[in-house]
Amino acid sequence: MPTSPRARRRTKRLTPYLLLLPATAIVLLAMGYPIVWQFKTAMQKFGLAQQFGKPPEFVWFDNYVQLFTNPTTWAVVARSVAFCLVTAAVTMAIGIAVALVMNAASRGARITLQVALLLAWATPVVAAMTIWNWFFDWRRGLANWIFEKLGFDFYGHNWLENPWSFFAVAMIIVVWMSVPFAAFSIYAGLTQVPGEVLEAAEMDGASRFQRLRLIIVPMIKPVLGIVMLLQVIWDLRVFTQIKMLQDRGSLASQTDVLGTYIYQLGVGSSDFAMASAMSIFVLLLTIALSWAYVRNLIKEDEAP
Amino acid sequence: MTANNAPSPQAAGRGAGPRRNGKIAASIGAVIVAVLWAFPVYWMLNSAFLPGVVLEKTTPTFLPFGGSLDNFRAVIADGSFLRALGMSLIVAGATVVFCLLFAFLAALAISRFRFRGRRGFVLSVLFIQMLPAEGMFIAQYKLMGTLGLSSLVGVSIIYIAAVTPFTIWMLRGFVAGVPVELEEAAMVDGLSRTQAFLRITFPLLAPGLIASGVYAFLQAWNEFTVALVILQNSAEHTLPLWLRGFIQQSASRAIDWGQVMAASTLVAIPVIIFFVLVQGRMTSGLVSGAVKG
Repeated sequence: MPTSPRARRRTKRLTPYLLLLPATAIVLLAMGYPIVWQFKTAMQKFGLAQQFGKPPEFVWFDNYVQLFTNPTTWAVVARSVAFCLVTAAVTMAIGIAVALVMNAASRGARITLQVALLLAWATPVVAAMTIWNWFFDWRRGLANWIFEKLGFDFYGHNWLENPWSFFAVAMIIVVWMSVPFAAFSIYAGLTQVPGEVLEAAEMDGASRFQRLRLIIVPMIKPVLGIVMLLQVIWDLRVFTQIKMLQDRGSLASQTDVLGTYIYQLGVGSSDFAMASAMSIFVLLLTIALSWAYVRNLIKEDEAP
Repeated sequence: MTANNAPSPQAAGRGAGPRRNGKIAASIGAVIVAVLWAFPVYWMLNSAFLPGVVLEKTTPTFLPFGGSLDNFRAVIADGSFLRALGMSLIVAGATVVFCLLFAFLAALAISRFRFRGRRGFVLSVLFIQMLPAEGMFIAQYKLMGTLGLSSLVGVSIIYIAAVTPFTIWMLRGFVAGVPVELEEAAMVDGLSRTQAFLRITFPLLAPGLIASGVYAFLQAWNEFTVALVILQNSAEHTLPLWLRGFIQQSASRAIDWGQVMAASTLVAIPVIIFFVLVQGRMTSGLVSGAVKG
């Protein structure tokens, strides 16, 4: 125990830093150091010789040049961005519709809906993927059976063979898993819209659609913005779903997205330089996308 | 943002004809969406109880009549499930304990002290949450390989580092929610600052700690990418990796979907129960963390 007032003052000044030390140390070790390593490695050459222990040489931005003059990279980027935008848009559309239905339904129906959404939300992604793989299984999957019943020839149809239907299946799965979060957030926003304002508008003769467009949408705009942004970020880095669908036998070269491409480069081919350059690209892309969100939170942090 | 059950604007006035019809239509719509969304989970449960012979039939069986627990027994009898369960419990346990400890100390610092660099720290916490695992797993894979920690220890370190920032953010809201005046009053009564904190504030934080702990637990329990990259030794596979391996193992011959669904159920059920219990508290913690200084 420090006794002199001066020593005590010094301890007091140091206290917050000591409290921050463990959290800072582990984050620096497991996240800070890897990022620095990645920036460095992305500028080195990592060929066959390096895999046998030769120290890598610095090539500055050659890897990036090589990566982004490769049409495969652009195909992966385009696929990821397209998948992300379409999936996020579909999630938002369904999320808004479900939130409106939740808001307008009777209490019993609302609770039924909420429980069902929680089930989908809570199911771990790997377990969810086994369910959906079973659903779209080419031999005994329920999806093929349903289409057979509807009179189409789907016997033994493999959904994952064709890249288009592969991504359609992936989208259904991702939408199923992300609509609950979107719907609950938007519903929470809807409950903040004061009923008196809506009633007054109704008395003034505003139609249901006018009330939605002129009152509800502007009031829940901030929620919509943040939910949309999070969906875009999450859907851009979708990994587990694609990886586990690829496991079931589809051409990785036609179905790779950013995450599985990095995995392929790094773990598959041990080309750490290319994998790092691609990772840096994903990091920068995510930061660019989330910048608005972070800035928003900073503003909130500044507000008293 | 929590899903409270406050009366909706439409429910406030009742009786009017068209409005009542709207409500009935919405309720029917809600039930249809509920059935669609719950169906995959139901299908997992249903198939888990059915024997492989039934699942091999061309016509699907929609109700588990005549079903049994055989699939569950077979999954558990294969020792690899229990081993993976043990691994998951170790990783998730370590993540919860260290995350809560580290995040609690940090949350205390930023909500009870004013110091140089505080703002920078808060911003870093926000920023780190945005970093995608997919942008970092190669470097983490190399790091843990170099350190000789391509094991449960390495995975735990990464989980702790990945979950701590969000946990700080969440706990900060809870700490800020306890008025500092309570502590000051206790200090006037002669307690030291530390004593006042431990006796007055800490007990009030219990709900926040539980919610954050469950959040950390779920993250570690469900994580797939980092575990896939780092855990090379299948004896150390966590449940998500084990489940993936379970399917791959049988991919050459026809998959025993009944067993796979039983295995998925075993992985999912604890998460679903935990999640449903704390979901409201977690989201309200998130909101208070986001709005309180």
